[in-house]
Amino acid sequence: MYVAVKGGEKAIDNAHRLLAEDRRGDPAVPELSLRQISEQLSLAVDRVMTEGSIYDRDLAALAIKQARGDLVEAIFLLRAYRTTLPRLAVSRPVDTTAMHVHRRISATFKDLPGGQVLGPTFDYTHRLLDFDLAEPSAEVPEAPAGSPRGDPVPRVTEVLNREGLIAREVADDPNAPVGDLTREPLAFPADRATRLQNLARGDEGFLLALGYSTQRGFGSTHPFIGEIRMGEVAVEIEPEDLGFAVEIGDILLTECETVNQFKGSKTEPPQFTRGYGLAFGYAERKAISMALVDRALRGRELGEEVVAPAQDEEFVLYHSDNVESSGFVQHIKLPHYVDFQGELDLVRRLRAERDAEAAQ
Amino acid sequence: MSVVRGYNFAYLDEQTKRMIRRGLLKAVAVPGYQVPFGSREMPLPYGWGTGGIQVTASVIGPDDVLKVIDQGADDTTNAVSIRRFFARVAGVATTERTTEATLIQTRHRIPETPLAEGQILVYQVPIPEPLRWVEPRETETRKMHALTEYGVMHVKLYEDITRHGRIATSFNYPVLVNGRYVMSPSPIPKFDNPKMHRMPALQLFGAGREKRLYAVPPHTRVESLDFEDHPFEVQTWDDVCALCGADDSYLDEVIVDDQGGRMFVCSDSDYCRQRRDAGHAGHGGPSDLETVERGTP
Repeated sequence: MYVAVKGGEKAIDNAHRLLAEDRRGDPAVPELSLRQISEQLSLAVDRVMTEGSIYDRDLAALAIKQARGDLVEAIFLLRAYRTTLPRLAVSRPVDTTAMHVHRRISATFKDLPGGQVLGPTFDYTHRLLDFDLAEPSAEVPEAPAGSPRGDPVPRVTEVLNREGLIAREVADDPNAPVGDLTREPLAFPADRATRLQNLARGDEGFLLALGYSTQRGFGSTHPFIGEIRMGEVAVEIEPEDLGFAVEIGDILLTECETVNQFKGSKTEPPQFTRGYGLAFGYAERKAISMALVDRALRGRELGEEVVAPAQDEEFVLYHSDNVESSGFVQHIKLPHYVDFQGELDLVRRLRAERDAEAAQ
Repeated sequence: MSVVRGYNFAYLDEQTKRMIRRGLLKAVAVPGYQVPFGSREMPLPYGWGTGGIQVTASVIGPDDVLKVIDQGADDTTNAVSIRRFFARVAGVATTERTTEATLIQTRHRIPETPLAEGQILVYQVPIPEPLRWVEPRETETRKMHALTEYGVMHVKLYEDITRHGRIATSFNYPVLVNGRYVMSPSPIPKFDNPKMHRMPALQLFGAGREKRLYAVPPHTRVESLDFEDHPFEVQTWDDVCALCGADDSYLDEVIVDDQGGRMFVCSDSDYCRQRRDAGHAGHGGPSDLETVERGTP
């Protein structure tokens, strides 16, 4: 006798218990603390904050712990929490020119005001497994204390701007409120601020692949890294009843500006154009990828032929969010008995008709 | 089940609920039209019914009685999970009985028991755009709806007929609502399409990931697209439900052994129980149908 698929409640409870047990792993091994995650897996925390759209290291560390290190799952946890938070204020635009710089490099000029500051980068490490790290080490030798550069670090694009070699970027209306993707659904054509917001929340892997595709000729944008800078900037809000801005804290940001070749069009002279990327924390791969895709998406406004996936705003913006894509891709593991029954019935009918025709 | 602390009634904050209700009012005013809305990130994944959950959360009140089904059944894991979610965040009464529910959230089915005036049926919708399979771009499909440019849908059905001799769509079968908008009925089997026509209950549709709402008000015309010489038809079975003997309900096929043995049972678990309670019984065993040659076209 057929036993119906009963007991969903009990199955779910047990699944949750198993999950909790697996998350903890061997109880003989000390449990991870949020502080350990936030200090020693800091780049994972940065990614989860960026794509989860909250700057909060503790919450991101908690999400990573709860998600067993699955960063996309951690991003989802953080987003689902974020959506319940009240909005207290909208910050003023952060001034990254005034950034307290830990790293700043330009690939377009050998030297420039503010200098090249390598900072804590993987770039010139040899990727050899360091077996010394396999055991808890006694002490990490202290890095030479670089004096933080107090002098202003002007932007590379400003240097080009003075000569009029790079397209100026002026907001249509600097006082107009910025759209909010978490409150308003996407509509097309999307303005640049909305596109950048989407890319900032977008999946790093997706943007990386799209950015890469533009370099391989699918919508080439001939980019140079004008500048990458990473460091702290102040966040200011202007409470309505106060009338002036107050600083509420510092956040660590990675910013990338690309300088892209542009041969000019009917309306625009030959000049360089820009792509822009910004991420919470130290997230250089994300910031560069974002800048490449941002520039590719500007094809329409610059009068370029829009042919490649990275230039296609519906394609890019509708598919960049990993909370959306991870959910929808995985939902096909939910039961589809009813639809499948319909398909079974249809295929059987079509086959029966074919057989009947063949028999005639 | 105790109500979870620290969250508003039914999870969403009241402003968000109002925003969704405004969208729903517009959807009811323009039957079948997809209304964009500021879909929120929910604590369940996209694809699990976040649109339906948001609609339910914004219309549910403390006196409502909620029923949740997935594939027609109340006891499938996702239905259990969503029902629990509302029991936790809203503390409302839940039921498995179609007739007792004031609010029914569904994935992939319409209950067999006819719905009555005053009830609300909330559908979870994965892809709200019925034209998506012929045109992937939202900018284009919105124009096509605005201009009632639906010829492509009939061309697609016509191509099916020339290729297969019949319309080869068994679920998510497009409908025309109130003679104006072509609408996706969500992935219900076409068997359920006729139930939408002039249904006395209010039908609300929520697509969370795609950020769209739409609705069919009570007693509205809902016609499945077809041709005069190839009229719309629904699935039929040669066998009956093995448990309750029903010959008028949508049957799920269950594999009972590794020799190809199978049996058919009602997909609507409440309908099946009602019939068994009323003394009906099926043959209780595997189907003896050799080749399945079902129904008459």
